[in-house]
Amino acid sequence: MNFKQFISANKKPSILIPQAITVIALISVIIYFATNAQINMGNRGISFGFGFLNQEASFDIAFSLIEFDGSYSYGRAFLVGLLNTVLVSVIGIFFATIIGVIVGVSRLSDNYLIAKAAEWYVEIFRNIPLILQIFFWYFAALRALPSPENAINFYDISYLTIKGWYIPKFIWTNFNLFCYSIIAAFFSIYFFLKYAKKQREEFGRILPTATISILILILLPLISFFLLDVSLSFSYPELKQLSAASYTYENGVSIIPELMALALALSMYTATFIAENVRAGVLGVSKGQKEAAASIGLNKGQILKLVVMPQALRIIIPPTTNQYLNLTKNSSLAAAIAYPDMVLVFAKTALMQTGRAIEIISITMLTYLSLSITISIFMNWYNKKMAIKEK
Amino acid sequence: MIKSIKTWILVGFASLLLVACGQGGGGAGSKKSKTLDNTKKAGFVKCGVSQGLPGFSNADASGNWTGIDVDVCRAVAAAVLGDADKVKYTPLSAAERFTALTSGEIDVLARNTTWTLSRDADIGLTFVGVNFYDGQGFMVRKNSGINSVNDFKNGISACTNTGTTTELNMRDFFNSKNISYEPIAFEKADEVVQAYDAGRCDTYTTDKSGLAAQRTKMSNPDEHKVLPETISKEPLGPVVRQGDSVWEDIVRWSLNTMIEAEEYGVNSSNASSLKDSDNPAIKRLVGAEGELGAAFGLDNEWSLRIIEQVGNYGESYKKHIADTGILPNRGPNELWTKGGILYVPPAR
Repeated sequence: MNFKQFISANKKPSILIPQAITVIALISVIIYFATNAQINMGNRGISFGFGFLNQEASFDIAFSLIEFDGSYSYGRAFLVGLLNTVLVSVIGIFFATIIGVIVGVSRLSDNYLIAKAAEWYVEIFRNIPLILQIFFWYFAALRALPSPENAINFYDISYLTIKGWYIPKFIWTNFNLFCYSIIAAFFSIYFFLKYAKKQREEFGRILPTATISILILILLPLISFFLLDVSLSFSYPELKQLSAASYTYENGVSIIPELMALALALSMYTATFIAENVRAGVLGVSKGQKEAAASIGLNKGQILKLVVMPQALRIIIPPTTNQYLNLTKNSSLAAAIAYPDMVLVFAKTALMQTGRAIEIISITMLTYLSLSITISIFMNWYNKKMAIKEK
Repeated sequence: MIKSIKTWILVGFASLLLVACGQGGGGAGSKKSKTLDNTKKAGFVKCGVSQGLPGFSNADASGNWTGIDVDVCRAVAAAVLGDADKVKYTPLSAAERFTALTSGEIDVLARNTTWTLSRDADIGLTFVGVNFYDGQGFMVRKNSGINSVNDFKNGISACTNTGTTTELNMRDFFNSKNISYEPIAFEKADEVVQAYDAGRCDTYTTDKSGLAAQRTKMSNPDEHKVLPETISKEPLGPVVRQGDSVWEDIVRWSLNTMIEAEEYGVNSSNASSLKDSDNPAIKRLVGAEGELGAAFGLDNEWSLRIIEQVGNYGESYKKHIADTGILPNRGPNELWTKGGILYVPPAR
């Protein structure tokens, strides 16, 4: 019901007046809090303003996707934190979805061992508080991983150590051309899929869409290497001695253990809820649908892809959106294990160094709100796309 | 009908909220000390402490707080309420401490906090003195072969607490030496210790007193050592809210009284017997001469109670820092008369 409908449906003052009073009361409460904060801040000699965002941050951050050191501003530090939050959320959502779907489907398996294992996984991981799981993965990883000189060696190109997972650094020439080729590949796939759908619906021809899409994704960037002078070389991590008994790796890229532990904990935890959503979704498709599909001669794979999944997704998507939002918000627990996300970098470190509590907390809250709303909008769009379209 | 009842309930609730807030609001700023009045009314001093730093503020198994920071709060309680035990302790992280103070959740912050210009001037706080002169140092593993900060090399990883001056000093230090480093900053000290102990970092940096205290928490304290260099000045002291100068004076002179008492040899066991001393300075300290307490609305024996119930600074240091093996040598925290830099204005 929108506002206009509401007004025209309820013309009686006995209904409208209390509603109006409530709105006015709520607004006055907000105004009251704002002025109260302003007066009290004034009395205590605390100034309000966002000028500090341009001041030099003068602290360093261990892990950053963009260039940063203490000579950059607090505003830039905020951006570093935001990107780190987005990074861990994206990694978490990616793995949580994969694990969740696998576990959810496994719970429905006819194989007793697989079904029971999946059930145990769900019951254990969703019933332990997330913060404990984060500590567990972090300190368990720290205790289990070797020091750099005894690193777990992956074919001399990658090393897993207590100080991080060192992987080769990519050194690109003409990286932008490579990016364009990938974007072009996605567009080609989009148009190809449209074409394939038309072929299927109009002529009943079924094209091998998955294989061709992957081929496009590989071929187009590959062409850019040969025709457009794009090239890639690697800089491999090398062991470096810091002192008599301590070592590190240089020249590579380090994926810090804080990021690994946090991403692991977030995806393992959230996957349990997604698994339950998937199970509910698949069970929610009536048996008759599958039997009908089988009776017209579809094989098992086709039944799952063409009949069960499209209907199950409608049940799965809305609660899974909630889980994606939860994961993003839960990533703020990063501060406990020193992963420099937005909360640690901005709402804790920057807040401490500047003392601007009200400004910084409001910015942080607004940013989480925008992040969550962005995910929401995207998932609502996807949900609408998947919903039943009555013709 | 049900709908409109619900609405009315909502309206009622909203107006109730409005009334409740109206009573809670209003600002500070009257001439009398609001904090002192509130403390007397509540019957305890609201004191913010650390989440556990041996020697400074640390709770034992039964929840009793001890340490030299705790003693500042105890002194204030003895002066204001007559009983050093009437303190409510609030453990705070480095990130929470100033907000807790400015918002009125606590009235004294005694949490090994470094006095700096920006903190003093910018965010509504006032530092009242120094109860420990500290400096930032580095801890390393003994077998690492690092014997001085000059042995640090590019790529070293350093664990520390976030939201502290330590984090800023660390950057200044490594920058001046042109060393690239990996800063791993945790919110809580316990996690810093665990991560360093597990081998995540090559060095652990914080105030030297903190290093000495945290070393006792390592799985094997003998494997670690503190490097000799000190890279910063860290005068640690109690903090109060800006705008209540009477309360500020009470906290300042409670601390000063403890230091002055040590200077004149007045301690918890001899204080009451010194009432008829020949030295007027001592007589003022034990409340036998002058009307010093009246200046901030206290009786004349406020300082005697501090000395009797909490002890002088030397007693407090010996009990919490020296005898616990944290820093047996007083270093700069010795009286000015004995080669240190503890020097307080005279109480007269």
